[in-house]
Amino acid sequence: MAVASVVILALLTSAVVLGPFAWRLPINEIDFTARLSAPSWQHPFGTDDLGQDLLARMLYGGRISLAVGFAAMAVAIIVGTLIGAISGISRGSVDAVLMWITDLFLALPQLPLLLLVIYLFRDFLKNLVGPEGGIFILIVMVIGAFRWMPVARLVRAQFLSLREKEFVEAARALGATTPRLVIRHILPNSLGPVIVAGTIDVAAAIIAESTLSFLGLGFPPDIPTWGRLLFDAKDYLDIAPHWALFAGAAIFLTVLAINFIGDGLRDALDPRKVM
Amino acid sequence: MGKYILRRLIIALPSLLGISLILFILLALAPGDPFGELASNSNIPPEVRAALRVKFGIDDPVLIRYLRWLVAMLHGDWGFSFASRIDVDKLILQRVPTTLFVVGSSQILALTVALPVGVYAAMRPYSIFDQIANTFAFIGFSLPTFFTGLLLILIFSVNLGWLPFVYRTDIAATGWHWYWENFKQAIMPVAVLGLFQAASYTRYVRSAVLDVIRLDYVTTARSKGLHEGKVIVKHVVRNALIPVVTLVALQMPAVFGGAIVTEQIFRIPGIGSLLITSILANDTPVIMAVTFVFACLVIVFNLLADIIYGWLDPRISYR
Repeated sequence: MAVASVVILALLTSAVVLGPFAWRLPINEIDFTARLSAPSWQHPFGTDDLGQDLLARMLYGGRISLAVGFAAMAVAIIVGTLIGAISGISRGSVDAVLMWITDLFLALPQLPLLLLVIYLFRDFLKNLVGPEGGIFILIVMVIGAFRWMPVARLVRAQFLSLREKEFVEAARALGATTPRLVIRHILPNSLGPVIVAGTIDVAAAIIAESTLSFLGLGFPPDIPTWGRLLFDAKDYLDIAPHWALFAGAAIFLTVLAINFIGDGLRDALDPRKVM
Repeated sequence: MGKYILRRLIIALPSLLGISLILFILLALAPGDPFGELASNSNIPPEVRAALRVKFGIDDPVLIRYLRWLVAMLHGDWGFSFASRIDVDKLILQRVPTTLFVVGSSQILALTVALPVGVYAAMRPYSIFDQIANTFAFIGFSLPTFFTGLLLILIFSVNLGWLPFVYRTDIAATGWHWYWENFKQAIMPVAVLGLFQAASYTRYVRSAVLDVIRLDYVTTARSKGLHEGKVIVKHVVRNALIPVVTLVALQMPAVFGGAIVTEQIFRIPGIGSLLITSILANDTPVIMAVTFVFACLVIVFNLLADIIYGWLDPRISYR
């Protein structure tokens, strides 16, 4: 299952990255004569209410959705590993303070705060970096900010157990400084669960970005991320179901593939097979 | 046990204060202020505007404003909604029952589906039933709730016409007819939320039961001649439920978040859609109050999870 999912995900990613070079219909070519048309040879996924070709829009939006997913995962993993490592390698008050901060962040209600932050800081970042870049940075940072806590906990747990092992003691006896211990010895061995958490994070980030776009609070309206396509499609469900179905199916397949990959990785890295 | 609860309560209160502080600072840091629209109103001279700012204490340091807000919230004065023109607490109280009904029913549905399926799948690991259950669980939590909601609306409301897709709290009927109408309109949102949760609970139940079912005391119980059903229910499930119950309680905040989306799709007048409409309408007191309510729910359910965990597993509360 996991191998099939890797293939599917690779197909999706390559379609999204290379597709716009092969399928050259522009994403915002408005053509009212072809509004809401069902899938045909000219428009393999049909058109939306402005006559824009859906396949082109989905390929373009897919880039953004996948980019947000992977970037948010990167943010979450970097922050989580940093905090987990610092917390794990130091004892006493630093550890306690960092864990209290982690618990505090874990207790924050995710979606309401996500909506709140995006609503509050959207205009500010738009003026700073331009509409698309600003929203991208905001969404990536905010989604990443809500997903680093489990990673930090995992890394800290791994550090606490690896810290007492003999190879660490041997390295310390050889005169390794603490940063070198962490970077060269402990960190590479603790990355197993982090990778699994990372794949789950990509799926969660894609769903979070789609949810935000679906609620109307994501990217600007002319950028066709998959969630935004669903948001636009939901008013035309009875006359043009293909619109919502294709967008939703894309999100579903991507997230499903990522979940299967994560599960496969977890089985590979921790084979507790039940006999 | 009492000491354990007390300790947990003592930890919960600073967390609540911490969350409310973060919320307040977020709103304070945001650009723009409530008097922004007054600035464009030429009827109000600048001196009056300045005097209003002093009177409402907008330019005071953040911590003083936070303390004032906190004291007001604790007194029950939750503010006045800009958009709806009624007191915020009345507005929230109107909407809480609907959300609680939908979320509560969806959790009950989720547990009713997940527990039997997960336990049975764990009793026969890697069998056909297990494979199918696992696949459905994966599909279940990969489908975003808004997509399943839209699909269900498409199939049941648009194509088949069986169920209404707009939720109404003012159904003009009595007795059984009222219950039937309520049931019909609640099925879809409850099913969407519940089945999504059921998918992830099934996997957790399965792995929790798998962890327990190979332990020695289960083999002892079986070899004592106990009926298999009794072994499963009285011994395995009771112990396997401990992490599952904690998980359910810890997932409640996420479920409320999911309810936000479901309420938007099915137009349910609950707290989630109140948050969205107030965000879109720029209605700060309502936003603050609703987010505070969500934060309180998180704390309450974490506390509940700790207490239930301590009750189910006596080893925890003796620490």
